Amino acid sequence: MIDHFLKVKNISKSYPSKDGKSFVTIYENVNFSIEKGEFICLIGHSGCGKSTILNNLAGLDAVSGGNIKMLNKEVDKPSLDRGVIFQNHSILPWLSVIKNVTMAIACKFKSMNKEDIESRAIYFLKMVNLEGHLHKKPSELSGGMKQRVGIARAFAIEPSLLLMDEPFGALDALTRGKLQDKLVEICDKTKQTTFMITHDIDEAILLSDKILLMSDGP
Amino acid sequence: MLSIVLLIVFIIVGELITGNGERNKQNMTEYEELMGLGETQAHVPGPVEVFKLAIKELSHPFYDNGPNDKGIGTQLFYSILRVMAGYLLSVLIAIPIGFLTGMSPLFYKALQPYIQILKPISPLAWMPLALFVIKDSILSSIFVIFICSIWPMLINTAFGVMSVKKDFLNVGRTLEIGNFKMAFSIILPAALPTIFTGLRISMGISWLVIVAAEMLVGGTGIGYYVWNEWNNLDLASVVFSIIMIGVVGMFLDSMISFISKYFNYQE
Repeated sequence: MIDHFLKVKNISKSYPSKDGKSFVTIYENVNFSIEKGEFICLIGHSGCGKSTILNNLAGLDAVSGGNIKMLNKEVDKPSLDRGVIFQNHSILPWLSVIKNVTMAIACKFKSMNKEDIESRAIYFLKMVNLEGHLHKKPSELSGGMKQRVGIARAFAIEPSLLLMDEPFGALDALTRGKLQDKLVEICDKTKQTTFMITHDIDEAILLSDKILLMSDGP
Repeated sequence: MLSIVLLIVFIIVGELITGNGERNKQNMTEYEELMGLGETQAHVPGPVEVFKLAIKELSHPFYDNGPNDKGIGTQLFYSILRVMAGYLLSVLIAIPIGFLTGMSPLFYKALQPYIQILKPISPLAWMPLALFVIKDSILSSIFVIFICSIWPMLINTAFGVMSVKKDFLNVGRTLEIGNFKMAFSIILPAALPTIFTGLRISMGISWLVIVAAEMLVGGTGIGYYVWNEWNNLDLASVVFSIIMIGVVGMFLDSMISFISKYFNYQE
């Protein structure tokens, strides 16, 4: 058997129904694999369990059956090897833009000194054109800028796998277009392995090497 | 602007409806004069009278003519000192316990019935017990402040910690932050605005309760002062100290909200 970068085998997710007697299955028998350097998009209707799959991959949420292996290691808890860009950017609102990024870097590269962490944060914030807003609080930024901080934060920890949950879902068409271009540019440069969820088919075609389609649950 | 107009209207109306307590001295018999009826009668003082007294009191706020005649500044100082002591004590206890309670749903449910029973108890109901156990009136009033200010803090802290957005926690989890660091670098800052709401409510309650507590225990403090002036039938002083209680209460409240500005965040 060939070793894939990431292998998803027969995973399923179900949770007990309200009366607690039966189980509601969201999805079952999901199989796919991701190779190094690939950009994969997952498309599906709202509510079919896309985000749950992403949370499974991130290790934030456990699968009910089957298993996920990354580099032959079981994925069962969150890890710095898998960076996540959340749907609603999830920047910590009490930290400035640069602190949001330096905090993530400090978690990943524990032996790095302060100046290096800072210059690394600035490098990645420059990459998303936010060098003029380093010391602003997230509340002073627009939605697109916040999302870019999220992107910078995720790239700055150099994850082996980048997971994105509808990263551009809440943005207007123009901003989305710009950020998509930026993302293509960055991913080409860094050869980042990426798994992205979207409900926008055009976006999926533009960005990805491979598209996975998810049908509605059983 | 409108506030100033309202104040002027209030002063004029107040001056009109209150008498000055002077009696007609001409038509008095010698007997009546000897009985002290020529003196000013007790009456609700008008704004001008209170204002004059305020100037007199505030120009010497810290005088001390024995236990029954101390300056308003001294009295307020004692009250504030007691409030601070009881309040800080409950901060030290309520915030850590509230934090742990908020982190563990099980602990929260277990403590819930006790909090619900203890919270509605009037703090003054604790007074006899406190006096008996502690055997010191000042420490008892501090204890009463402590027991009344602890609940809003505890509940708000627990609630703030519980309602930290899952997204923020997920950010922490994907960064593999340890439990300890998670508590201090993510949960605490996220919950601080709610915690400060609790601190503010507690401060308000503490200041309400200290007046009543000092009326009971006596000795010093603004509550004792009000009651003492009532016993002297010096209503101008009573009105003056009511106003001072309001001013200090406002000051304490704005102090907390000033501090909380540094920890608030907008999303």
